[in-house]
Parts: sequence; structure tokens; C-alpha cells
Amino acid sequence: MEIMDTLANVLVKNGLITAFAFVGMVVWLSYLVSDKLTAGRIHGSAIAIFVGLVLAWVGGVVTEGTNGLADVTVLSGVGVMGGAMLRDFTIVATAFGVNFDEIRRAGIGAVISLLVGVLGSFAVGAAVAYAFGYTDAVSMTTIGAGAATYIVGPVTGSAIGASSEVVALSIAAGLVKSMMVMIGTPFVAKAIGLDNAKSAMIFGGLMGTTSGVAGGLAATDKRLVPYGAMTATFYTGLGCLLGPSVFYFTVRALVG
Amino acid sequence: MVIYGVGLLAACFLAGIFLGDLLGALIGVQANVGGVGIAMLLLILYSDALVKRGRLKAPTRQGVIFWSAIYIPVIVAMAAKQNVVAALKGGPAAFTAGALAVVGCLALVPVISRIGGAGEPLPEAGEEDV
Repeated sequence: MEIMDTLANVLVKNGLITAFAFVGMVVWLSYLVSDKLTAGRIHGSAIAIFVGLVLAWVGGVVTEGTNGLADVTVLSGVGVMGGAMLRDFTIVATAFGVNFDEIRRAGIGAVISLLVGVLGSFAVGAAVAYAFGYTDAVSMTTIGAGAATYIVGPVTGSAIGASSEVVALSIAAGLVKSMMVMIGTPFVAKAIGLDNAKSAMIFGGLMGTTSGVAGGLAATDKRLVPYGAMTATFYTGLGCLLGPSVFYFTVRALVG
Repeated sequence: MVIYGVGLLAACFLAGIFLGDLLGALIGVQANVGGVGIAMLLLILYSDALVKRGRLKAPTRQGVIFWSAIYIPVIVAMAAKQNVVAALKGGPAAFTAGALAVVGCLALVPVISRIGGAGEPLPEAGEEDV
């Protein structure tokens, strides 16, 4: 048993390195499955991301924590590796070698996609909240904001005084969105014309969830990642700006 | 040297996040507005200027390219630390709100993409280097 304790101790002490080894293994197995079981039809990175989500679920069930697999002590480094700092750092790195003209060309479309994406998600989320019996303006606004991203939801909710149950719902709505985008994007990419820089930027602006867009595009064609991520990064800020203000006032005017 | 590339990337990253925080404070929201996007633009413009002056040497590039290649594993780790249990526990209201928002926005991608002419598809993918 002492050997196991020593091993666990090493893994915990060197958490980030443990995460590199662990994720390396997950990615390797996923590419193997992609190659051997699906003949390359489902991209290895799509499988790896899906496996990541399943592991997060397992971690959540086993530890009853909120950080998925990162709450398992020996794998706590996964939280550092997959945290906002390294995620954003590597996203920025993907912009290296991107063609600036491509970005300019998407210009106005990207701005429209951001506005339509934020307002559309607000409207859909608020309508669904209403349909499920959350008919007061504060709850409708908060759940609508959650349908934008799981950051906009709680930021809006706390600004306008939503109950913690409603805030939790709004976070859940945002999480569902981000996971659906991660898993679903490669399957619909062809149908929605997601094969060029411009549509990737518009996709990022419409979907907005940085994690969803980053994961979904990585699983589709990783060269699209910088374009989608570029617009998606403006979405949450825009949502936090519009949620507790314009959107809340509009909903209040509509439902009283 | 490789560290020059990593340093360049880090400097652009920090400057972008800083500007994003300032922008957020300026318009009065508790969030970073476009920090990552601004950092990306800085990296693109600055590295472009260095290339034009012939001052971006191969080792320097490697310092950036490594981090760009490590991106997908980082995303896998990010997926593994999500609160999936909470998402599934949100029940039908949360699920429907999230799902409909996704479906509606996906359907709009081709519509908005048409504004100002269709984009050129990227060339066929070369060797994958994940």
C-alpha cells in the first residue's frame, strides 16, 4: 500500500504534469478509436472532447463536486490544464499565422452575428422560461441570459436580484448550450457551410460560448478555431452589457 | 530562441486581457470584453510586422506554434472539468432553453454568412499535427 500512497503523492504534487500525461493518453486512445472503429469518420478530437465530458460527468458523480474530473484529487491538475488561463493562452496562439484580410472581410457580418446571437439566445431562453412557468421578468431575463452563456446568466441574475434556484437554472442552460455546441458542431458543419474563415467568425458570434465554439471548431477543422474564437470572445461581454439593461427592461415592459 | 516566441505570445495575451478588462470597466460590466480577441489581433498584427522585416526567426515561431498545437489537449482537459452533472440536473427547462438557443443560432449561420458574399473554403487539410 505504501507504494500506492507514494505514487498518489507524486501525482498530486505534480498535478499539471500528471494532467499532461493523462490527457495525452486520452487523446491517444481517442485517435485510436477514431482510426480503428470509425475509419476516421468521426474526428479524433471530437471523440477526445466527448470522452472529456463523460469523464467530467463521472468525476462529478463520484466526488459530488462542481469541477468534474478535476475534483478527483490525483487528477486535480486537469483543472489547471483546462482552466481559463491555459485555454485562453492557447486560443491566442492559434491566431498565429491567421490572415488579417480574412478577418476584415467578415467585418460587418461578424458584428451582426454577435448582436443576433446574444439577442436571439435571450429571446429563446426567456420564452422557454415563460413556457415552464417562470413568468416574472427577473426569472425570464436570468434564464434568457443563461441561454446566452453560463457566465452571462449569473452575472445578469445577480445584477437584477434573481433567486439562487433561477441562477442555477441559467447556469445549467448555458452548460447545456456549451456542451451541445462542442459535441454537435462537427455533425452540422457541412449543412451550415462551416468550411471557411468567414462562416467560422459568424458561427463564433452567433454561438458565443467560448468553450463550446473552441471545442466544436477544434473537432471540425482546427484551422477554423482562431476565427470562431475571435468573435466568440466578445459575446460574453456584450451579453453582460445587454442582459441586466436593455434585455431586462424589454422583458419587464412585456410581462409587467 | 524559442522563449522569444513564448514571450511575444505572453505579452500579447496580457496586453489583450488588460485592454479587455479596461473595456469592460469602461462600459460598466463585470466581465472582460473581447480580451482574447484583442490579444489575437495584437499577435497577428505584431507577428506580421516582424515577418515583413524578416525578424521572426524559426525558433521564435516554434515558441508560438507549440502552444497553438497544445490547444486541443487543453480543450479536452477543459471538457473534463465542466460541471456536466449540473447541466444534466438542470431538468427540462434548462435543457430546452440551451438546446433551442443552439438550434436557432446554428440555423442562422448560413443566413448571416451570405452578407457581403460567401467566404472561400479553406484549402484541403494537410498533415494533421495535433
